[in-house]
Parts: sequence; C-alpha cells; structure tokens
Amino acid sequence: MLRSENGRQEVFLVVDTEVLHSIVTESRQPMADSQIQVENLSHAYQQRQALDNISFDVSCGEIFGLLGPNGSGKTTLFRILSTLMPVTAGTVRIFGHDLATEVKAIRNLLGVVFQHPGLDAKLTVVENLRHHGHLYGLAGKTLRHRISELLERFGVSDRATERVEVLSGGLQRRVEIAKALLHSPRVLLLDEPTSGLDVAARRQLNDYLSMLARTENILVLMTTHLLDDAEACNRVGILDEGKLVALGDPDELKTKVGGDVIIIESVDSGTLGPAINEKFKVSTVLTDDQLRIECERGHEFVRDVVAAFPEEIQSVRFGKPTLEDVFIKLTGNPFV
Amino acid sequence: MCRGRIRKIKNLLPIATIWWREIIRFYRQRSRLFSAIAQPLVFWILIGSGLSASFRPAGATDELDYIAYFYPGIVVLVLLFTSIFATISVVNDRREGFLQGILVAPVPRWRIVLAQALGGTTLALLQGVLLLLLAPMAGIRFGAASFFLTLGVMALLAFSLTNLGLLIAWRMDSTQGFHAIMNLLLIPIWLLSGAFFPSTGVPSWLAWTMKFNPLTYGLAAFRHSLYLDTTAKAFGEGTSWLLSLLITGLFCILTYVGATFTASAQTN
Repeated sequence: MLRSENGRQEVFLVVDTEVLHSIVTESRQPMADSQIQVENLSHAYQQRQALDNISFDVSCGEIFGLLGPNGSGKTTLFRILSTLMPVTAGTVRIFGHDLATEVKAIRNLLGVVFQHPGLDAKLTVVENLRHHGHLYGLAGKTLRHRISELLERFGVSDRATERVEVLSGGLQRRVEIAKALLHSPRVLLLDEPTSGLDVAARRQLNDYLSMLARTENILVLMTTHLLDDAEACNRVGILDEGKLVALGDPDELKTKVGGDVIIIESVDSGTLGPAINEKFKVSTVLTDDQLRIECERGHEFVRDVVAAFPEEIQSVRFGKPTLEDVFIKLTGNPFV
Repeated sequence: MCRGRIRKIKNLLPIATIWWREIIRFYRQRSRLFSAIAQPLVFWILIGSGLSASFRPAGATDELDYIAYFYPGIVVLVLLFTSIFATISVVNDRREGFLQGILVAPVPRWRIVLAQALGGTTLALLQGVLLLLLAPMAGIRFGAASFFLTLGVMALLAFSLTNLGLLIAWRMDSTQGFHAIMNLLLIPIWLLSGAFFPSTGVPSWLAWTMKFNPLTYGLAAFRHSLYLDTTAKAFGEGTSWLLSLLITGLFCILTYVGATFTASAQTN
C-alpha cells in the first residue's frame, strides 16, 4: 500500500515542484573550473522563442549531453555554441572568452561535428583532413603527422586514399570526428553524432567519446534525441520548448524523480486514471493512452492496483525510471 | 620579418585550400565541363548559322556576319554558366557539406568569398580558353597582345559573374529558387548586354536598359580586346575602351564587396 511506514501519502504530490526546484537551483551555481559557462541565454526567431533563459556549465573531462525532442531548441543552442549564429541575449563564455565578442579565439578552441555530413564526398579521406588542417593554419610535416596519427587512432588508415563517398556511414562518422580533432581543439561539439548509425556503431562511438573526454581532458558536448546516448553522458541537460527543464547526472536525475515507474494500459485509461488517483492518492499521468505512475515500493502498488481494478487493467509494466520518465515527469509531455 | 612572412603564408593557406578544393571537385565531376560548354556551343552554331542568312546586325560587313557577331556573346555565356554552376554548389555545401566546417574555422568571411570567387574564375577561364580555340571561325586572328588582353578581360568578367552568383547563392537556403533567378535575372543580363543583338536601332527603353547593364561594358571590353589585332573593325559599340574597362573593373569590385557582405550577414 502507498501508506508507507511514515505515513506521508502526499509525498507524491509535492515532489514535482521540489525536484524541479532543486534540480534547477543546483545547476545555477557556476562551477569554479567550468570551461563553458552559459548564462541566461535566449534566442528568438521572429515570433518563436527557440531558447528561453538557459544557464548551465560544462567542465573539461566530461561528456555533456543536451537531450531533447525535435524542436526543443537544442539545434539552435548547438548553432550558437559552434559560432554559426550570434548570441543575441545572455552570455556564453568558452575558456574565458566571450562568444559575443571573441569569436576568432573561440573558433580555434572548437572542433565541430555536424549532423549533416561535413565531409566532401568527392575528396579522399586524407584530402578532407588536409584541407581542414589548412583552414587552421596547419601545414607540412606537422599536418602529415597529425593526420596519420588520427587516422591510425580511428582505425581508418587503410582507407585513407579512398573517396569519402565509398565509405560506410559509421566510417564516415569516424573520419568526421578525426577531422574535428585535427587541430587539437579543447572543446568537441557534436550535433546528433549517432544519428544514422546502427546500435553497435553507436555504442562504439559513445565509448570512444568517453575515453576521449577522460584521457585527453577534452570537453565533449553533444546534442541528442536518443535516450541511450544521453545515458552514456556524465551529465545531461534536458531541453523542452526552449527551456532547460533538468540538469545533472543521469542517475541522479532518475533517483530524484521517484522510486519506481508503473505503466498501466487499459481500454479506458481516461476513467481509470482518476479512479486510481482517488483510491491510492497518487497522481497518474496520461501519455499515449498509457497511465504512468511514479511511486516508492512499486511492487506493492502493482499488486494492489491489479487487485483493485482486475477488469479495467489490460497490462502493467514495472520498472526503474529512465530519462524518459524524468522528461515526462517534468514536462507532462511524451518524449517524441 | 621572417615571422611576418610566415603569418602571411598562414593567411594565404585557407584561401589556397578552398580554391584548390573547387578545382579538384570540378575535375572529379567532369559532366559539369560538358554542360557548361556544350549548351552555349549548340546555341552558337544553331542560332548563329540560322540568323546569318536572314539577319544582318547593324554594322555588319562581308567578313563579319552574325556568327562572328554572336561569338563574343557565346564566350561570355560560357563564363556565366561556369560561374553559376560553381556557385550553386555553395547552397548545398553550406547546409550539408564541407563548407559548414569552413564557416566554424577561424577564417574571415572575405577570405572565404575571395577563395570561392577565385575558384569559379579559374574554372570559367579554363573553359573560356577552350572556346578561344574557335576564334578563327569568327574571323579573329590573335596577336600575343590581343590574346593576353583577352585573357585579362575574361578573368575580370569571370570574377564578377562568379561574385554575382555568390551574392545570390549565399542568400539562398535551397537550390530550388536558383533556376527562377537564373532565367529572370542572369540570362536577361546576358541577353541585354549586346551579346545577342546590338543596341543600335532598338527601342529607346531597351537601349537605355542596355546602357545601365554593367555586362554591356564587359562585353564591349571583350570585343575590343578580341579585335585588337584584326584589321576588320569590331562592331561599332560606341563604348570606348577606357570606359568599358573602367566599368568592368568597378563591377568586379562591387560584386565582390556585395558577395562578402552577404556572406557575413548570413553567418555569424
């Protein structure tokens, strides 16, 4: 039963605002050694507010994930951080440089991997890297050494003289990352790096990025709409409709949300929801015709709810919260 | 002093690399060569021969028939087409391609545009030179001075036409609108430059439009340089050497500044 030992049944009703508050206030305290500091960043396209007063910090050695559904503002944020779009409101500092005024200094520090292929398909792997190196003033022996070193490390040395158009998607992505790292940037920005990759290649990429952040002390910031990718990050910021709704360690975020997650399917979820709320004093959330309930001691709740509504319930799923649950909890919307 | 030179080389490196990429890309997509040259050539032979029999441009002589009149216009059309093909790729490249990476690199926009314009100019010049081989068919005999002068004028023309293309391309999000602009703006600029018909005897509104078309002066300069060593005089265009060169040079500078300005305004 939900009347837990200490008898605080209302805990499920107040937790929402408390979690939200604690998550957001915690993030507002800037870390002393953070290398990217975003403060009160906003951006509007004509009518639409794409980013709404966003603040967060990222430090070297960590992988930071910006998680959000399509249209949540993460691409806008990526374009601003990668210097493609100007800062119009708020401040962004990268290694102490102001993004609004010191673009050139910041560009030298950034390695950027775009969502759409950033390689020239008509050029060979080496040619792509060589042209890229020239843009950053690298040339001659230094450049040649750096290129062969990176191709070696990414396991594409044997394909070096082939045109990019004949490589598989996974290999192309590796070449893109090698290209972005060529000029030894301090910050690696990636926009949806795993899109279009199969599960194995995705996992490999995430592992590689973790290793990179740890061993090279590079700051890795990536956007993603995939929950699996976000789970692999040290910290995530969850974006929804231009607002940063959560920020923190993925595990921490999940534990803060609630004990267990129960998902109930029913032929008539619309009436079952209020009935469950009434009987068990919980708050159910209806998404995609499913009822979602977060509570402590979920195994007991499952037993009791099935006993109470044997006819109405078609299926019950029980699990530990995921980042998707965090998102649904904080926004009330399904993650799509 | 040595350090200054190294810095200079470092500044030139991005320009050289962007320029060289344009050349390699073109070399590896040779169908572009065909499409930029074949179409104007077919125009020249069909329209030129067809109109020669029934139609004499004002100022024509026995040596200078319509085929000869049309020849400089066709060379400029090849320059125009090549420049446009070179700039169309900018639209896609910026959205999904290597250009994305160039835009986040520490390279000033004016250098990027300069490199792109020089790339387009080089490609246009290479194809223009191929067409100069056909000059004898138009009754033109080159001396060395005439040849190099012609190359110079072609370079100026190709540079301004590429920049004109870049000016448009940097504004566009997709290539879909490019055809409309080509048909409604670029082709009319060419048609009304004296490439297709001289301005003598046309209705006055048309004559005035042609007078205000910068390409009219480019074409006049081109005709002057082509016929420098030929005893038979070029069609009397009424535009002096000096004025046509001056305006062509000005057109070069204005289109380049315009393209740089557009590129800077469209990106951070």
